[in-house]
Amino acid sequence: MARAPASPAPRRQRLVLAGLALVAVIGAGLIAIPALEKEATFFYAPSDLARNPPAPGARIRLGGLVKEGSVTREDDGLTLAFTVTDGARETPVRYTGIVPDLFREGQGVVATGRLGPGGFAAEQLLAKHDENYMPPEVAKGLARAGTTGAAGPLHETRTLAE
Amino acid sequence: MEPAAPPATRWHDLANPHRFQRFSGQLWPWLVAAALGFLAVGLGMGLFVAPPDYLQGDSVRIMYVHVPSAWLALGGYLGMAIAALAARIWRHPLADLSVRALAPVGAAFAAVCLVTGSIWGRPTWGTWWVWDGRLTSMLVLFLLYLGVIALIHAFDDRMRGARAAGILAILGVINLPVIKFSVEWWNTLHQPASIRLSGATIHPDMLQPLLLSATGFALLFAAIVLMRMRALIAEQKRAMRNLRRAALAG
Repeated sequence: MARAPASPAPRRQRLVLAGLALVAVIGAGLIAIPALEKEATFFYAPSDLARNPPAPGARIRLGGLVKEGSVTREDDGLTLAFTVTDGARETPVRYTGIVPDLFREGQGVVATGRLGPGGFAAEQLLAKHDENYMPPEVAKGLARAGTTGAAGPLHETRTLAE
Repeated sequence: MEPAAPPATRWHDLANPHRFQRFSGQLWPWLVAAALGFLAVGLGMGLFVAPPDYLQGDSVRIMYVHVPSAWLALGGYLGMAIAALAARIWRHPLADLSVRALAPVGAAFAAVCLVTGSIWGRPTWGTWWVWDGRLTSMLVLFLLYLGVIALIHAFDDRMRGARAAGILAILGVINLPVIKFSVEWWNTLHQPASIRLSGATIHPDMLQPLLLSATGFALLFAAIVLMRMRALIAEQKRAMRNLRRAALAG
């Protein structure tokens, strides 16, 4: 262990230096994080796609809520068609394959695939749930009371609309 | 270490490694007992009494391990960084020791968080892993812990190792707000926080076991760190004695 410094002066100096270093690091972080926005986003919402259309044929992720009442299964029994919404805009999606357990109308979804003229052709589906946790009875009670089972979509759309 | 200390506060008393050894020796059995008690009640309630989630069913029970380990991985890192800062500024004899004691424990909790998160992600999201903001920044936290541990042992001169590790620990603090706010700044697959200042969006029947098990894990974390500090102090004492003996013999 180091010997205790003889006078308080170097200690104060170290304190000031450490403070300056910390301020510099935090400042660098504050500058870097907004710049990361585009790189760090995991998916684009329908509004993002409308604002900045992706390059044709580019593989992207589309995220949002599965619109209530929009899910239809095609005759082959494997292909799903549904609409992803962020509250402001909607994108139709088609997907063939295994669907995650939590895929529900009114819940979040992240689809990987390509945007074409007829809508979004998804190769992979991931379910995104919200921050609400509750017993099934409570969810049923909420649904009966008129609020949708998932009280979260409000938050989801706010997140997506940003 | 002369006991000719001026009227000091209790906090300063603990800075003396001898007093620390005596105090921590009395404290740690109580810490372990309390940790095991809280964990038994919290995890028992979480696994057997708490209701399933309306959407996820029983897989939500991984939360009672995943969330406390995430909190402690973050809290442990903050503690480690504060200790590293104190070591650099005040050359406190126990500060560098705390960094060395905390790093592997924090790394272990971060690993538990990542592994349980992965196991939870498969049935809920449909994937073991994605590179979204929350998961990636949590992996960075685990790697920062590993970096600190590696730097501690990277130099023959222990003081240089402690300094390098301390600087990395302090710089890595920038990752903590990134983890916390990743789910708000960026679109992520991970859901936003359920426990906020404005209230919790977890039903009380699930929140209660979560807080109990988090308390248990926190006490366990503290007990392990305390025992590691005691072991490191004993090791240092032995090394000093060997050095003294060698000096006398030579």
